Amino acid sequence: MTNPGSSLTQVPDVPPSVTAVLAPALVNLFPGAPRRVELRAATVRDLIDQLNERWPGMRDRLCDSTPRIRRHINVFVRGERALLDTPLTENSDVYLLTAISGG
Amino acid sequence: MARKVLILAGTKKGTFILESDASRRSWELRGPFCDTWPINHVIADPKTGTIYAGGGNEWFGPAVWKSTDQGKTWTHSSEGLAYKEGEEPVKAVWSLAIGPGGLYAGVEPAGLFHSADGGQTWTHIEGLSNHPSRQDWHPGGGGLILHSLVLHPEDDKQIWVGISSAGVFYTADGGETWQPRNKGTRADYLPEDQRYPELGQCVHSLVMAPGMPNRLYQQNHCGMYRSENGGQQWESIEAGLPSSFGFPAAAHPRDPDSLFLLPLNGDIAGRYMPDGKAAVWRTRDSGGTWQALRDGLPQTNAFFGVLRQALTTDSLEPAGVYFGTGGGALFASADEGDSWNCLSDYLPAIHSVETVVLDA
Repeated sequence: MTNPGSSLTQVPDVPPSVTAVLAPALVNLFPGAPRRVELRAATVRDLIDQLNERWPGMRDRLCDSTPRIRRHINVFVRGERALLDTPLTENSDVYLLTAISGG
Repeated sequence: MARKVLILAGTKKGTFILESDASRRSWELRGPFCDTWPINHVIADPKTGTIYAGGGNEWFGPAVWKSTDQGKTWTHSSEGLAYKEGEEPVKAVWSLAIGPGGLYAGVEPAGLFHSADGGQTWTHIEGLSNHPSRQDWHPGGGGLILHSLVLHPEDDKQIWVGISSAGVFYTADGGETWQPRNKGTRADYLPEDQRYPELGQCVHSLVMAPGMPNRLYQQNHCGMYRSENGGQQWESIEAGLPSSFGFPAAAHPRDPDSLFLLPLNGDIAGRYMPDGKAAVWRTRDSGGTWQALRDGLPQTNAFFGVLRQALTTDSLEPAGVYFGTGGGALFASADEGDSWNCLSDYLPAIHSVETVVLDA
Protein backbone atom coordinates (compact mmCIF):
# COMPACT_ATOMS: atom_id res chain seq x y z
CA MET A 1 0.00 0.00 0.00
CA THR A 2 1.18 3.52 -0.68
CA ASN A 3 0.87 6.21 1.96
CA PRO A 4 -1.04 9.25 0.61
CA GLY A 5 0.63 11.45 3.20
CA SER A 6 4.19 10.45 2.32
CA SER A 7 6.47 12.96 0.63
CA LEU A 8 8.53 10.10 -0.83
CA THR A 9 8.14 8.98 -4.42
CA GLN A 10 5.06 6.83 -4.49
CA VAL A 11 5.51 3.33 -5.81
CA PRO A 12 2.33 1.98 -7.36
CA ASP A 13 1.07 -1.43 -6.26
CA VAL A 14 1.43 -2.81 -9.76
CA PRO A 15 4.69 -1.67 -11.36
CA PRO A 16 4.33 -0.10 -14.79
CA SER A 17 4.65 -2.16 -17.92
CA VAL A 18 7.90 -1.24 -19.69
CA THR A 19 10.13 -2.48 -22.49
CA ALA A 20 13.84 -3.04 -22.00
CA VAL A 21 15.83 -2.59 -25.21
CA LEU A 22 19.12 -4.48 -24.88
CA ALA A 23 22.36 -3.57 -26.67
CA PRO A 24 23.53 -6.15 -29.26
CA ALA A 25 26.81 -6.69 -27.39
CA LEU A 26 24.84 -7.49 -24.23
CA VAL A 27 22.50 -9.90 -26.04
CA ASN A 28 25.53 -11.70 -27.46
CA LEU A 29 26.71 -12.53 -23.94
CA PHE A 30 23.45 -14.27 -23.01
CA PRO A 31 22.39 -16.80 -25.64
CA GLY A 32 18.63 -16.76 -26.08
CA ALA A 33 18.13 -13.23 -24.79
CA PRO A 34 16.02 -11.10 -27.18
CA ARG A 35 16.73 -7.48 -28.10
CA ARG A 36 13.42 -6.32 -26.54
CA VAL A 37 12.03 -7.59 -23.24
CA GLU A 38 8.55 -6.73 -21.91
CA LEU A 39 8.32 -6.64 -18.11
CA ARG A 40 6.93 -4.72 -15.14
CA ALA A 41 9.41 -2.61 -13.19
CA ALA A 42 9.14 0.48 -10.99
CA THR A 43 12.76 1.62 -11.32
CA VAL A 44 15.82 0.93 -13.43
CA ARG A 45 17.22 -1.11 -10.50
CA ASP A 46 14.07 -3.22 -10.44
CA LEU A 47 14.27 -3.71 -14.20
CA ILE A 48 17.91 -4.86 -14.04
CA ASP A 49 17.11 -7.19 -11.13
CA GLN A 50 14.42 -8.82 -13.23
CA LEU A 51 16.70 -9.15 -16.22
CA ASN A 52 19.25 -10.79 -13.91
CA GLU A 53 16.65 -13.32 -12.75
CA ARG A 54 15.93 -14.31 -16.33
CA TRP A 55 19.57 -14.26 -17.45
CA PRO A 56 21.78 -14.83 -14.38
CA GLY A 57 24.86 -12.62 -14.47
CA MET A 58 23.33 -9.83 -16.55
CA ARG A 59 23.34 -7.46 -13.54
CA ASP A 60 27.14 -7.80 -13.28
CA ARG A 61 27.50 -6.79 -16.91
CA LEU A 62 25.41 -3.64 -16.42
CA CYS A 63 26.31 -2.58 -12.85
CA ASP A 64 29.47 -2.58 -10.79
CA SER A 65 29.68 -3.40 -7.07
CA THR A 66 29.49 0.26 -5.92
CA PRO A 67 26.64 -0.37 -6.89
CA ARG A 68 25.94 1.82 -9.89
CA ILE A 69 25.47 1.55 -13.64
CA ARG A 70 28.85 0.86 -15.23
CA ARG A 71 30.69 3.91 -16.51
CA HIS A 72 30.51 2.88 -20.16
CA ILE A 73 26.92 1.63 -20.06
CA ASN A 74 24.24 4.20 -20.82
CA VAL A 75 20.68 3.66 -19.66
CA PHE A 76 18.20 6.02 -21.29
CA VAL A 77 14.63 6.58 -20.08
CA ARG A 78 12.39 9.18 -21.72
CA GLY A 79 15.42 10.44 -23.67
CA GLU A 80 17.50 11.11 -20.55
CA ARG A 81 20.42 9.20 -19.02
CA ALA A 82 19.06 7.31 -16.05
CA LEU A 83 20.43 6.06 -12.73
CA LEU A 84 19.47 2.93 -10.79
CA ASP A 85 16.87 4.89 -8.82
CA THR A 86 15.24 6.49 -11.86
CA PRO A 87 11.49 5.68 -11.71
CA LEU A 88 9.78 4.12 -14.71
CA THR A 89 6.32 4.97 -16.02
CA GLU A 90 3.77 2.99 -17.99
CA ASN A 91 4.95 2.09 -21.51
CA SER A 92 8.48 3.39 -20.95
CA ASP A 93 11.18 2.18 -23.33
CA VAL A 94 14.38 1.63 -21.32
CA TYR A 95 17.45 1.57 -23.57
CA LEU A 96 20.51 -0.26 -22.19
CA LEU A 97 23.30 0.84 -24.52
CA THR A 98 27.06 0.47 -24.82
CA ALA A 99 28.75 3.89 -24.85
CA ILE A 100 31.63 4.88 -27.11
CA SER A 101 34.67 3.13 -25.67
CA GLY A 102 37.69 1.09 -26.56
CA GLY A 103 40.48 1.22 -29.11
CA MET B 1 48.77 -42.02 -27.09
CA ALA B 2 49.38 -39.20 -29.58
CA ARG B 3 49.68 -35.77 -28.03
CA LYS B 4 48.77 -32.29 -29.19
CA VAL B 5 49.69 -28.87 -27.87
CA LEU B 6 47.53 -25.76 -27.65
CA ILE B 7 48.95 -22.25 -27.40
CA LEU B 8 46.55 -20.01 -25.49
CA ALA B 9 46.98 -16.31 -26.29
CA GLY B 10 45.20 -13.57 -24.38
CA THR B 11 45.05 -10.40 -26.46
CA LYS B 12 43.58 -6.93 -26.47
CA LYS B 13 40.81 -8.26 -28.72
CA GLY B 14 39.97 -11.70 -27.39
CA THR B 15 41.45 -15.16 -26.90
CA PHE B 16 43.22 -17.00 -29.71
CA ILE B 17 44.15 -20.69 -29.75
CA LEU B 18 46.82 -22.29 -31.94
CA GLU B 19 46.96 -26.06 -32.18
CA SER B 20 49.63 -28.46 -33.40
CA ASP B 21 50.62 -32.08 -33.02
CA ALA B 22 53.63 -32.90 -30.86
CA SER B 23 56.06 -32.20 -33.71
CA ARG B 24 55.04 -28.51 -33.50
CA ARG B 25 55.89 -28.01 -37.18
CA SER B 26 52.55 -26.56 -38.34
CA TRP B 27 49.90 -24.71 -36.42
CA GLU B 28 46.21 -24.00 -36.93
CA LEU B 29 44.93 -20.71 -35.48
CA ARG B 30 41.39 -20.26 -34.14
CA GLY B 31 39.72 -17.15 -32.72
CA PRO B 32 39.05 -14.53 -31.62
CA PHE B 33 37.02 -15.94 -28.73
CA CYS B 34 35.46 -14.38 -25.61
CA ASP B 35 33.46 -11.86 -27.67
CA THR B 36 36.74 -10.01 -28.43
CA TRP B 37 36.95 -8.78 -24.82
CA PRO B 38 40.41 -7.67 -23.70
CA ILE B 39 41.80 -10.87 -22.18
CA ASN B 40 44.78 -10.66 -19.87
CA HIS B 41 45.46 -14.32 -19.14
CA VAL B 42 44.36 -17.68 -20.53
CA ILE B 43 45.21 -21.00 -18.87
CA ALA B 44 44.08 -24.60 -19.19
CA ASP B 45 43.68 -27.37 -16.67
CA PRO B 46 46.09 -30.03 -17.98
CA LYS B 47 43.98 -32.79 -16.40
CA THR B 48 40.68 -31.87 -18.07
CA GLY B 49 41.60 -29.54 -20.92
CA THR B 50 39.15 -26.93 -19.59
CA ILE B 51 40.27 -23.47 -20.67
CA TYR B 52 39.83 -20.36 -18.50
CA ALA B 53 40.31 -16.80 -19.80
CA GLY B 54 40.36 -13.78 -17.51
CA GLY B 55 39.92 -10.21 -18.55
CA GLY B 56 37.82 -7.12 -18.33
CA ASN B 57 35.70 -5.18 -20.74
CA GLU B 58 35.24 -1.40 -20.52
CA TRP B 59 31.50 -1.85 -21.03
CA PHE B 60 30.77 -4.98 -19.07
CA GLY B 61 33.45 -5.25 -16.38
CA PRO B 62 35.52 -8.23 -15.24
CA ALA B 63 34.81 -11.89 -15.91
CA VAL B 64 36.39 -15.30 -16.24
CA TRP B 65 35.43 -17.11 -19.44
CA LYS B 66 35.40 -20.90 -19.62
CA SER B 67 35.43 -23.46 -22.42
CA THR B 68 35.17 -27.22 -21.86
CA ASP B 69 35.46 -28.07 -25.57
CA GLN B 70 38.83 -26.50 -26.36
CA GLY B 71 37.39 -23.20 -27.52
CA LYS B 72 34.34 -24.17 -29.54
CA THR B 73 31.88 -22.77 -26.99
CA TRP B 74 32.35 -20.41 -24.07
CA THR B 75 30.47 -19.24 -20.99
CA HIS B 76 31.44 -16.46 -18.63
CA SER B 77 30.87 -15.60 -14.98
CA SER B 78 31.81 -12.98 -12.42
CA GLU B 79 29.48 -14.10 -9.62
CA GLY B 80 31.22 -13.10 -6.40
CA LEU B 81 34.14 -11.56 -8.27
CA ALA B 82 33.57 -8.25 -6.52
CA TYR B 83 34.73 -6.20 -3.57
CA LYS B 84 32.29 -4.92 -0.96
CA GLU B 85 29.76 -2.21 -1.80
CA GLY B 86 31.36 1.22 -1.70
CA GLU B 87 34.88 -0.04 -2.38
CA GLU B 88 36.59 0.56 -5.73
CA PRO B 89 35.08 -2.12 -7.98
CA VAL B 90 37.10 -4.87 -9.65
CA LYS B 91 38.06 -3.62 -13.10
CA ALA B 92 39.62 -6.68 -14.72
CA VAL B 93 41.01 -10.14 -14.11
CA TRP B 94 44.78 -10.22 -14.66
CA SER B 95 45.99 -13.68 -13.70
CA LEU B 96 44.65 -17.19 -13.31
CA ALA B 97 46.11 -20.33 -11.75
CA ILE B 98 44.75 -23.78 -11.07
CA GLY B 99 46.08 -26.15 -8.43
CA PRO B 100 45.06 -28.74 -5.88
CA GLY B 101 42.97 -26.12 -4.06
CA GLY B 102 40.96 -25.01 -7.07
CA LEU B 103 41.02 -22.00 -9.36
CA TYR B 104 42.45 -18.60 -8.38
CA ALA B 105 42.13 -15.19 -10.02
CA GLY B 106 44.24 -12.09 -9.45
CA VAL B 107 42.51 -8.83 -10.27
CA GLU B 108 42.82 -5.06 -10.60
CA PRO B 109 42.73 -3.23 -8.19
CA ALA B 110 45.04 -5.83 -6.66
CA GLY B 111 43.26 -8.65 -4.89
CA LEU B 112 42.86 -12.40 -4.99
CA PHE B 113 39.74 -14.50 -5.53
CA HIS B 114 39.14 -18.26 -5.28
CA SER B 115 36.69 -20.54 -7.04
CA ALA B 116 35.93 -24.04 -5.80
CA ASP B 117 33.47 -24.79 -8.60
CA GLY B 118 35.48 -24.27 -11.74
CA GLY B 119 34.92 -20.56 -12.16
CA GLN B 120 31.15 -20.48 -11.69
CA THR B 121 31.30 -18.58 -8.38
CA TRP B 122 34.11 -16.69 -6.67
CA THR B 123 35.09 -15.81 -3.11
CA HIS B 124 37.32 -12.91 -2.15
CA ILE B 125 40.44 -13.93 -0.19
CA GLU B 126 40.19 -10.99 2.16
CA GLY B 127 43.42 -11.65 4.05
CA LEU B 128 45.50 -10.16 1.26
CA SER B 129 43.38 -7.02 0.94
CA ASN B 130 43.43 -6.68 4.73
CA HIS B 131 47.23 -6.70 4.89
CA PRO B 132 48.36 -3.69 6.97
CA SER B 133 50.46 -2.44 4.05
CA ARG B 134 47.47 -2.24 1.67
CA GLN B 135 47.21 1.56 1.95
CA ASP B 136 50.83 1.82 0.79
CA TRP B 137 50.35 -0.17 -2.42
CA HIS B 138 50.75 2.13 -5.41
CA PRO B 139 49.95 1.27 -9.02
CA GLY B 140 52.69 0.69 -11.57
CA GLY B 141 52.39 1.74 -15.20
CA GLY B 142 49.89 -1.05 -15.86
CA GLY B 143 47.74 -0.23 -12.84
CA LEU B 144 47.55 -1.79 -9.36
CA ILE B 145 47.40 -5.33 -10.71
CA LEU B 146 47.91 -8.79 -9.24
CA HIS B 147 49.54 -10.31 -12.32
CA SER B 148 51.63 -13.15 -10.92
CA LEU B 149 50.05 -16.08 -9.17
CA VAL B 150 52.17 -19.08 -8.11
CA LEU B 151 50.61 -22.06 -6.34
CA HIS B 152 52.52 -24.70 -4.43
CA PRO B 153 52.18 -27.92 -6.46
CA GLU B 154 51.14 -30.06 -3.47
CA ASP B 155 50.22 -27.77 -0.56
CA ASP B 156 47.13 -25.75 -1.38
CA LYS B 157 47.76 -23.47 1.60
CA GLN B 158 50.91 -21.97 0.08
CA ILE B 159 50.50 -19.19 -2.50
CA TRP B 160 52.85 -16.51 -3.81
CA VAL B 161 51.51 -13.43 -5.62
CA GLY B 162 53.20 -10.57 -7.45
CA ILE B 163 51.59 -7.14 -7.37
CA SER B 164 52.74 -4.08 -9.31
CA SER B 165 54.06 -2.24 -7.55
CA ALA B 166 53.61 -3.62 -4.06
CA GLY B 167 55.94 -6.60 -4.52
CA VAL B 168 55.80 -10.30 -3.73
CA PHE B 169 53.58 -11.62 -0.94
CA TYR B 170 53.34 -15.17 0.45
CA THR B 171 50.76 -17.05 2.47
CA ALA B 172 51.22 -20.40 4.20
CA ASP B 173 47.67 -20.60 5.53
CA GLY B 174 45.53 -20.46 2.42
CA GLY B 175 45.34 -16.68 2.29
CA GLU B 176 44.39 -15.67 5.83
CA THR B 177 47.76 -14.04 6.54
CA TRP B 178 50.42 -12.78 4.15
CA GLN B 179 54.07 -11.78 4.40
CA PRO B 180 56.00 -9.51 2.03
CA ARG B 181 58.84 -11.45 0.37
CA ASN B 182 61.02 -8.83 -1.29
CA LYS B 183 64.28 -8.93 0.66
CA GLY B 184 67.19 -8.42 -1.72
CA THR B 185 65.17 -6.92 -4.60
CA ARG B 186 65.86 -3.31 -5.56
CA ALA B 187 63.64 -0.32 -6.06
CA ASP B 188 65.87 1.93 -8.19
CA TYR B 189 63.12 4.54 -8.40
CA LEU B 190 63.45 5.35 -4.67
CA PRO B 191 66.13 7.54 -3.05
CA GLU B 192 69.52 5.83 -2.81
CA ASP B 193 69.25 5.06 0.90
CA GLN B 194 65.77 3.51 0.52
CA ARG B 195 66.31 1.10 -2.36
CA TYR B 196 65.74 -2.16 -0.44
CA PRO B 197 62.39 -1.60 1.31
CA GLU B 198 60.26 -4.35 2.83
CA LEU B 199 57.70 -3.85 0.07
CA GLY B 200 56.86 -1.52 -2.81
CA GLN B 201 59.14 -3.22 -5.33
CA CYS B 202 57.82 -3.49 -8.87
CA VAL B 203 57.77 -7.22 -9.52
CA HIS B 204 56.96 -8.02 -13.17
CA SER B 205 56.90 -11.81 -13.22
CA LEU B 206 57.25 -14.60 -10.67
CA VAL B 207 57.73 -18.28 -11.57
CA MET B 208 58.56 -21.50 -9.69
CA ALA B 209 61.30 -23.95 -10.65
CA PRO B 210 59.86 -27.40 -11.49
CA GLY B 211 60.22 -29.91 -8.68
CA MET B 212 61.72 -27.29 -6.34
CA PRO B 213 58.87 -25.33 -4.75
CA ASN B 214 61.29 -23.24 -2.72
CA ARG B 215 63.19 -22.04 -5.79
CA LEU B 216 61.53 -19.02 -7.35
CA TYR B 217 62.69 -16.79 -10.17
CA GLN B 218 61.63 -13.19 -10.57
CA GLN B 219 61.83 -10.61 -13.34
CA ASN B 220 61.56 -7.26 -11.63
CA HIS B 221 61.36 -3.71 -12.97
CA CYS B 222 64.82 -3.44 -11.41
CA GLY B 223 66.69 -6.67 -12.00
CA MET B 224 66.38 -10.42 -12.32
CA TYR B 225 66.47 -12.61 -9.19
CA ARG B 226 66.48 -16.16 -7.83
CA SER B 227 65.36 -17.29 -4.38
CA GLU B 228 66.19 -20.66 -2.84
CA ASN B 229 63.86 -20.27 0.16
CA GLY B 230 60.45 -19.39 -1.19
CA GLY B 231 61.21 -15.72 -1.57
CA GLN B 232 62.55 -15.02 1.92
CA GLN B 233 65.79 -13.83 0.33
CA TRP B 234 66.49 -12.93 -3.30
CA GLU B 235 69.84 -12.98 -5.12
CA SER B 236 70.53 -11.03 -8.29
CA ILE B 237 71.08 -13.12 -11.44
CA GLU B 238 71.28 -10.20 -13.87
CA ALA B 239 75.05 -10.35 -14.53
CA GLY B 240 75.61 -11.33 -18.15
CA LEU B 241 72.24 -10.03 -19.38
CA PRO B 242 71.97 -6.98 -21.68
CA SER B 243 69.87 -4.99 -19.20
CA SER B 244 68.25 -5.29 -15.80
CA PHE B 245 64.78 -4.53 -17.22
CA GLY B 246 62.16 -6.80 -18.72
CA PHE B 247 58.70 -8.14 -18.08
CA PRO B 248 58.26 -11.92 -18.42
CA ALA B 249 60.05 -14.99 -17.09
CA ALA B 250 59.39 -18.63 -17.98
CA ALA B 251 60.52 -21.73 -16.15
CA HIS B 252 61.51 -24.95 -17.89
CA PRO B 253 58.94 -27.76 -17.49
CA ARG B 254 61.46 -30.20 -15.95
CA ASP B 255 64.85 -28.58 -15.32
CA PRO B 256 64.91 -26.31 -12.25
CA ASP B 257 68.22 -24.79 -13.38
CA SER B 258 66.83 -23.54 -16.72
CA LEU B 259 65.05 -20.23 -17.09
CA PHE B 260 64.03 -18.05 -20.04
CA LEU B 261 63.94 -14.24 -19.94
CA LEU B 262 63.32 -11.47 -22.48
CA PRO B 263 65.33 -8.43 -21.36
CA LEU B 264 64.31 -5.12 -22.92
CA ASN B 265 66.68 -2.23 -23.43
CA GLY B 266 65.67 -0.33 -20.28
CA ASP B 267 62.78 1.27 -18.44
CA ILE B 268 63.58 4.80 -19.64
CA ALA B 269 65.12 3.73 -22.97
CA GLY B 270 61.96 2.76 -24.87
CA ARG B 271 61.38 -0.76 -23.52
CA TYR B 272 62.10 -2.69 -26.72
CA MET B 273 64.60 -5.30 -27.86
CA PRO B 274 68.17 -4.17 -27.09
CA ASP B 275 69.68 -2.59 -30.24
CA GLY B 276 66.51 -3.56 -32.13
CA LYS B 277 67.70 -7.20 -32.21
CA ALA B 278 65.34 -9.78 -30.72
CA ALA B 279 66.66 -12.43 -28.36
CA VAL B 280 65.37 -14.75 -25.69
CA TRP B 281 67.99 -15.33 -23.00
CA ARG B 282 68.41 -18.77 -21.42
CA THR B 283 70.32 -19.97 -18.41
CA ARG B 284 71.10 -23.64 -17.74
CA ASP B 285 72.75 -22.98 -14.37
CA SER B 286 70.00 -21.15 -12.47
CA GLY B 287 71.20 -17.71 -13.52
CA GLY B 288 74.98 -18.08 -13.27
CA THR B 289 75.50 -17.67 -17.02
CA TRP B 290 73.27 -16.62 -19.90
CA GLN B 291 73.01 -17.45 -23.59
CA ALA B 292 71.27 -15.25 -26.19
CA LEU B 293 68.94 -17.25 -28.46
CA ARG B 294 68.45 -15.40 -31.77
CA ASP B 295 68.19 -17.98 -34.56
CA GLY B 296 65.00 -17.15 -36.48
CA LEU B 297 64.19 -13.99 -34.52
CA PRO B 298 64.35 -10.57 -36.24
CA GLN B 299 67.82 -9.03 -35.92
CA THR B 300 67.00 -5.62 -37.41
CA ASN B 301 64.38 -3.05 -36.43
CA ALA B 302 62.79 -5.19 -33.70
CA PHE B 303 61.27 -2.42 -31.63
CA PHE B 304 58.71 -4.51 -29.81
CA GLY B 305 58.14 -5.33 -26.18
CA VAL B 306 56.85 -8.48 -24.51
CA LEU B 307 54.56 -8.19 -21.50
CA ARG B 308 54.59 -9.93 -18.10
CA GLN B 309 52.68 -13.10 -18.95
CA ALA B 310 53.59 -13.38 -22.64
CA LEU B 311 56.52 -15.84 -22.43
CA THR B 312 56.04 -19.51 -21.64
CA THR B 313 57.15 -23.07 -22.25
CA ASP B 314 55.32 -26.33 -23.01
CA SER B 315 55.75 -29.71 -21.31
CA LEU B 316 56.91 -31.67 -24.37
CA GLU B 317 60.41 -33.08 -24.87
CA PRO B 318 62.36 -31.05 -25.88
CA ALA B 319 60.45 -28.17 -24.34
CA GLY B 320 58.79 -25.62 -26.59
CA VAL B 321 59.22 -21.91 -25.82
CA TYR B 322 56.76 -19.24 -26.95
CA PHE B 323 56.33 -15.48 -26.71
CA GLY B 324 53.91 -12.87 -28.00
CA THR B 325 54.68 -9.21 -28.64
CA GLY B 326 52.86 -6.00 -27.91
CA GLY B 327 52.54 -5.65 -31.70
CA GLY B 328 50.74 -8.95 -32.12
CA ALA B 329 53.47 -11.29 -33.37
CA LEU B 330 53.70 -14.79 -31.92
CA PHE B 331 57.04 -16.61 -31.97
CA ALA B 332 57.70 -20.28 -31.17
CA SER B 333 60.63 -22.60 -30.64
CA ALA B 334 60.29 -26.40 -30.56
CA ASP B 335 63.88 -26.92 -29.36
CA GLU B 336 64.15 -25.07 -26.04
CA GLY B 337 64.90 -21.75 -27.74
CA ASP B 338 67.70 -22.82 -30.08
CA SER B 339 65.68 -21.86 -33.18
CA TRP B 340 62.54 -19.84 -33.70
CA ASN B 341 59.62 -19.34 -36.11
CA CYS B 342 56.98 -16.63 -36.31
CA LEU B 343 53.58 -18.37 -36.09
CA SER B 344 51.41 -15.30 -36.62
CA ASP B 345 52.35 -11.72 -37.56
CA TYR B 346 49.18 -9.78 -37.05
CA LEU B 347 47.32 -10.75 -33.91
CA PRO B 348 46.07 -7.96 -31.62
CA ALA B 349 48.45 -6.82 -28.87
CA ILE B 350 49.35 -9.99 -26.98
CA HIS B 351 48.97 -9.85 -23.18
CA SER B 352 49.69 -13.47 -22.31
CA VAL B 353 50.82 -16.79 -23.75
CA GLU B 354 50.35 -20.18 -22.08
CA THR B 355 50.29 -23.75 -23.35
CA VAL B 356 48.64 -27.06 -22.55
CA VAL B 357 49.53 -30.53 -23.81
CA LEU B 358 46.59 -32.91 -24.22
CA ASP B 359 45.84 -36.32 -25.65
CA ALA B 360 45.11 -35.94 -29.37
